[in-house]
Amino acid sequence: MKDKLAFGYPEGLTTGGTHYCPGCTHGIIHRLIAEVIDELGVRERTVGVSPVGCAVLAYNYFSTDYQEASHGRAPAVATGIKRARPDLMVYTYQGDGDLASIGMAEIVHAANRGEKFTVVFVNNAIYGMTGGQMAPTTMPGQVTSTSPRGRELDLAGHPIRMVELISTLHTPAFVARGTVIRPLQAVQTKELLRRAFQYQKEGKCFSMVEILSTCPTNWGMPPAEALNWLEKTMMPYYPLGVFKTPEEGVDRAPLPLCGLQDGGK
Amino acid sequence: MQHEMIFAGFGGQGVLLIGKMIAYAGLNSGKEVSWLPSYGPEMRGGTANCTVVVADEPVGSPVVASPWAVVAMNLPSLDKFEPTVAPGGVLVINTSLINRPAVRTDVRVVNVAANEICNELGNPKGANMVTVGCFVGATEVVPVQQMEDLIRETFAAKPKLIDVNVECFRRGLEVGRAQKAV
Amino acid sequence: MARKLMKGCEAIGEAAIKANCKLFFGYPITPQNEIPEYMSRRLPQVGGTFVQAESEVAASNMLYGAAGAGERVFTSSSSPGISLMQEAVSYMAGSELPVVIVNIMRAGPGLGGILPSQADYFQSTKGGGHGDYRLLVLAPSSVQEAVDLMQDAFDLADHYRNPVMVIADGLIGQMMEPVEFKEDRQPCRSLPSKDWATTGWKGEGRPRAIVNSLFLDPNLLERHNEKLTAKYAEMARNEVRVAEYFTDEDYDLLVVAYGSVARVCLSAIRQLRAEGKRVALVRPISLFPFPTEVIERAANKAGRVLVVELSTGQMLEDVRMAVGKDFPVAFHGRTGGNLVTPDEAREKILAQLAAREASR
Repeated sequence: MKDKLAFGYPEGLTTGGTHYCPGCTHGIIHRLIAEVIDELGVRERTVGVSPVGCAVLAYNYFSTDYQEASHGRAPAVATGIKRARPDLMVYTYQGDGDLASIGMAEIVHAANRGEKFTVVFVNNAIYGMTGGQMAPTTMPGQVTSTSPRGRELDLAGHPIRMVELISTLHTPAFVARGTVIRPLQAVQTKELLRRAFQYQKEGKCFSMVEILSTCPTNWGMPPAEALNWLEKTMMPYYPLGVFKTPEEGVDRAPLPLCGLQDGGK
Repeated sequence: MQHEMIFAGFGGQGVLLIGKMIAYAGLNSGKEVSWLPSYGPEMRGGTANCTVVVADEPVGSPVVASPWAVVAMNLPSLDKFEPTVAPGGVLVINTSLINRPAVRTDVRVVNVAANEICNELGNPKGANMVTVGCFVGATEVVPVQQMEDLIRETFAAKPKLIDVNVECFRRGLEVGRAQKAV
Repeated sequence: MARKLMKGCEAIGEAAIKANCKLFFGYPITPQNEIPEYMSRRLPQVGGTFVQAESEVAASNMLYGAAGAGERVFTSSSSPGISLMQEAVSYMAGSELPVVIVNIMRAGPGLGGILPSQADYFQSTKGGGHGDYRLLVLAPSSVQEAVDLMQDAFDLADHYRNPVMVIADGLIGQMMEPVEFKEDRQPCRSLPSKDWATTGWKGEGRPRAIVNSLFLDPNLLERHNEKLTAKYAEMARNEVRVAEYFTDEDYDLLVVAYGSVARVCLSAIRQLRAEGKRVALVRPISLFPFPTEVIERAANKAGRVLVVELSTGQMLEDVRMAVGKDFPVAFHGRTGGNLVTPDEAREKILAQLAAREASR
C-alpha cells in the first residue's frame, strides 16, 4: 500500500515568508484558497487579481499567474480577464476599503452582470495597509486613525454589509460569509470557497465569499484578543452563512406598506 | 470640379438622408465625397443640416463656409444659410414651408412646393424626396439613375414605400428640370 | 474590396475588427456613441465580446485585465471619459500592456460641449495620468486614415507592449467618407509572442506571469523607469509619422496643423498656391513621437510658421520647441467646438505672409 500524504504544503502557494503582521488572518485565508485550487486541480489555469491593500503583494504568495489591479478595480480587471479567456479560473482578493468603498461600483456591477469569477472579500473593519483608517465596514464606535472618537454614526453612517447588499441583486450568484477565527469556522469557510470556485468551474455564476478577518496591529490588540473582539463585536452585525445560491429563488417579498389605508396609524 | 452642398431643415424632415443619398450617388458614379452632419442638441427636434462635398479630387475641407448649393426645407434654414451661398450658386427653397422669397439676387433660386406635391401623391413624409429630386433636376449634380437606385435600396425593407418615394423624386425632378439654368 | 461610404466612428470599429480585435469595453458618451453601438452589433458576429461597463473607470480596467490575458482589446470614449480612464492608462503604461484607446475629442474643459476640439493634445502626448510614461499617439485627418491608423495601432501596441491612443476630433468621428479595407494587410511591425500574459502557469516553459506596476524597491523601480524610457526613445526613433505638402517647393510660410484642421488648411493653401502664394503644410500624424526634425527643417526653409489648432495652443508648444524660442511662430486657434473654416485659414495665412513681407 502506498503512503498517502495526510497534510502538506499546498502547491498553490509559493514557499517563503509573507509580509503579513503577526496574528493577521490573511495567511490562513491564502492557505484555504490554495488548498481549494489544488483540490479542484485548476492551478494551471488560475489567475488571481489583487488590488491595492494589504494583499497588494499576494502575487508573491500564490503560485499562479497573477494581475495587480489599481485600488477598487479588481472586479473590472477580472471581468477583462474572464471575458478574454473564459477557460481561465479567475478570482479577486479584495479588502474592505477596496471593495466596499472605492470599488463599490465595480463590485456591484460585476456581480449584477453575473461575471463568472470568484471574489474573496476580506473584511477586517479597517484600512490595514495605509495604517488603520476608518473603513466602510468599521464598527460603530470603533476607534481608528480617522475616527479618533470612534465611528460616529451620524457622520459616517452604519457599516456596510456587503454580502447582504450583493445578495439583493437578482442575477444568480453564490454569496456567503464566513470567518477563520476558529478551526471549525476555517473549515466551514474553506467549504464556502470550494463551492464558490466549483460554481465558477462549472461556468455557473458570479460567486463571492466574505471572510471576517482580524487586524491586531491596527486594532491595537493582541491576536487572541482580536479574535474575541471579532466574535463579540463583528459577528452579531455580520452574521455568518450562505445568503444566496444560484439554485434557489432570489427575490424576497417586500414588507407590506403600512398605514396607507388606516390613516397612517 | 467640386460641388459643396448644405441640406438643411427641421429634424425629422429627412435632410440628413437626402444628403447621404447625394454622397452615395457621387461615390457610386466614381467621385470623391464627404458627408458631415451637424450634431448636438440641435439634432433633438431643432434644425438639422449636413454638408456634402462631391469632387473629382480627394475632398479637402469637409467644412464649408460658402457652399455652391443650399437646399432649405424650412424658414430657419433659409435664414441661416441663404447668406452663405457662393455667388453664382444654387438656392433650393421649399415654398410649402417658407413664406418669403429669396433675398439674394446673385444666385440661382429654385422653388419647389415639396409638401404640397408629396401630400398630393399620398406620401406626406416624402417632401425630402421631392426636394432632392428638384435639386438633381435643376443641377444634374449626380446621375438620376443613381438616385433612383438609392431610393430602392433605402426603402428595401419597406417595399410599399419604394414606388411612392420614387414617384415623389420624379415629380421633384420635373419641377427642377423646368427651372434648369439655360 | 470596393470603397464604401462609412461614418468615421463605424469605420474605426470595423478597422478594429479587421485587426482581429475581439473585445470591446466602453461606456456611452457623445460624440462617439456610434463606436460602442457598432461594436455591440458586430462583435458577436465574429465571435467577440462587447461589454458596456458601469463607467469609463471600469471599462479601462477591463481593458487592463483583457490585455494582461494576452488578447487584443480596445475602448473608445470622448474627452471627459478619457479623463476618467487616466488612472488605468498610467497602470497600463507601467505594466506595459498593449491596448488601443480612441478619443473622439470634444470641447472642454469640464463638461464643455460636444462639438469638435483638439484640446486633449497635452493630455494624450504629455501623460494624462501619474508617473513618467508615454503613449504612442496617432491623429488621423480622414476616415480612411483613421481606418489605416487603427489597424496599425494594434500592431504598434503589441510590438512595443504599450498603450496606443488614436485621437480624432468629433468631425472625423461623425463624417462619412469612402473607405477601403485592404485585403491581405500585413502587420506593420513584428509581433512578438505574448509569453508575459496571464494565460495560466503550467509550472514550466516560461516564468510565472505577473502583470504589475508595483516596485517598492526604489532601485528596481528606477530600473523599470529606465527600461520604459529606452522604449519611448525607440518609439521616437522609429515611429515618427508626418505628411508634408509642398515642402519640396519654395515657400514663404509653413503651416503646421493636424487632424481635420490640417485638411481645412490644405484646402486654403491649394487655393492660395493657385493664386501664386507660396505656402507649405506639415501635418503631424504621430503626435508622440512628434515630428520635431521635419518641422525644424521645413520651418527654417520658410522663416515663419503658423500653427492652427482647435485649442488655445497645445501642439504650438511642441512646434516652438522644434524651432527654438527666437523663431517667429504665429498661432490661430478656435475653441468651444467652433471650427476653422477654409476662408478663416486663408485670412490668417495671408496675414502671416503680409507680416513676413513687412519684416523684410
